Amino acid sequence: MSLDLKTVRRVASLARLHLEEGEDARLQAELNGILGWIEQLQAVDVSGVEPLSGGGGTAMPMREDVVTDGGRAEAVLGNAPDRAGAFFAVPKVVE
Amino acid sequence: MHPTDFTIRGALEALSEGIVSSEALTAAHLEAIAALNPRLNAFVTVTAERAMEAARASDARRANGIAGRLEGVPLAIKDLFCTEGVRTTAASRILGEFVPPYESTVTANLLRDGAVFLGKANLDEFAMGSSNATSAFGEVENPWKRGNDDGTRLVPGGSSGGSAAAVAARLAMGATATDTGGSIRQPAAFCGIAGMKPTYGRCSRFGVVAFASSLDTPGPVARTVEDCALLLESMAGHDPRDATSAKVAVPDFAAACARGVKGLRIGVPREYRLEGMPDEIEALWSQGLDWLRAEGAEIVDISLPHTKYALPTYYIVAPAEASSNLARYDGVRFGQRVDGADLKDLYERTRAAGFGAEVKRRIMIGTYVLSAGYYDAYYVRAQRVRALIKRDFDEAFRDVDAIVTPATPSAAFAAGEKQDDPVAMYLNDVFTVTANLAGIPGLAVPAGFDRQGLPLGLQVLGRDFDEETVFAVGTAIEHAAKLTALPQVRAFA
Repeated sequence: MSLDLKTVRRVASLARLHLEEGEDARLQAELNGILGWIEQLQAVDVSGVEPLSGGGGTAMPMREDVVTDGGRAEAVLGNAPDRAGAFFAVPKVVE
Repeated sequence: MHPTDFTIRGALEALSEGIVSSEALTAAHLEAIAALNPRLNAFVTVTAERAMEAARASDARRANGIAGRLEGVPLAIKDLFCTEGVRTTAASRILGEFVPPYESTVTANLLRDGAVFLGKANLDEFAMGSSNATSAFGEVENPWKRGNDDGTRLVPGGSSGGSAAAVAARLAMGATATDTGGSIRQPAAFCGIAGMKPTYGRCSRFGVVAFASSLDTPGPVARTVEDCALLLESMAGHDPRDATSAKVAVPDFAAACARGVKGLRIGVPREYRLEGMPDEIEALWSQGLDWLRAEGAEIVDISLPHTKYALPTYYIVAPAEASSNLARYDGVRFGQRVDGADLKDLYERTRAAGFGAEVKRRIMIGTYVLSAGYYDAYYVRAQRVRALIKRDFDEAFRDVDAIVTPATPSAAFAAGEKQDDPVAMYLNDVFTVTANLAGIPGLAVPAGFDRQGLPLGLQVLGRDFDEETVFAVGTAIEHAAKLTALPQVRAFA
């Protein structure tokens, strides 16, 4: 599978990455190099093999459904690039 | 002997005997950092005043009869671990001047045990790289030089390049590091020190900036295997704040180092014998196996048939997870922001300006392999191959107690090499990445030198949660190798 420029731009948009002029062509070449190399996985017989999502192999533990943290708005907002009172501020999204 | 020459074990003995104070140890390391860091760039942030305060507090605790297991030991912290009140960058521009309001579990454990933090160590951006060249804070220089030194700057490996260079050059006694595809073991091997990637789940990931969550494994680097064991004992343990943290008791790892290898069955996987591998590495490997045989171990040929698929599997799984994890950097809640015409434009411009080229490449690959229509062909297939790689190890460990391989396919290379071809750079991790996919522990131990005098390491792999056997085998190799050469660039040299 080889990526065309249109797909590179669509993936960049999905990934929320602004591309500068010419960056799409450079990425296209790099990504196709990597994807071409990854292609060798198609040769592996994986029939009947369950996908493995992680190491450790233990099941996710259950815990009590209770609040264990919170009430620390100042700490949470401490690194905000922009804030308005106890809220994060962003450019207007609804006209 | 200078205070920076102590091993952690040696420093703890000297501290308990009153031969040295943490204040003196810490001051000596800070002096060495002031002298050498402008050249090596191993630290992104040096917290000198905090370190001296912590050292004096440690000495006061010790005077009062309270000494933690790492009381007074000066360490470097990879700048991927959140440290309360101290800027944490992940070596990325996108985090800006982010100052965490909380402490990672691993660093909190070290502080609980009395360790002193000297500062935050440089790394590849978001731990993505094998040469420390992708850091937004500049490259790190390997303290080792080629014997015929032509002035060539060598890379320290990555992603924990700052941690490894700092420990090798004696700017810290040990350091925290993380390993997603080899980021502890490869830089440890390149810098001639020991590095332990424990079993997945052994150390909490809480407060460690996430790269690929199913692979990320915190662990230590230090100048001896035993020092790694001492650090891991402190760092490890169950943490309810990490759902993948294992409820497994932490054994006495340092005691396990002295177990010896008599009667152990050591596997040698034939698939790790790569075409075109330097004969020095082949020879080092044989030498290591001879040492173990002489100590009473039995060497057994084994097969891990899916080895060659590990790297391409990794380069689907890791970018996929990274693209999800790094979605949080949107310029809204923390970190750098670049304004845009609307909210989407703000996101896109913030991320374009904040992420470096390698991080963007991986986000793009990850987004693509997770996108509709490709998810099954790439991502799910990679997860199935991952299961086969794990199965290979499960079967091998029915027959052997540990596996020994080279740590890296080459010694440290020159800065600027392998930069043009991402795949050539990825091949650095060919021997290490399998352990991340399977979740098993892996140790890099210094074992020899190449013709130019650069360090080479061997890797010891073990069963899930059997770091003890790994430490025992690593210590046997370390003792047999009897290495004495030191890096040319080091404290007070």
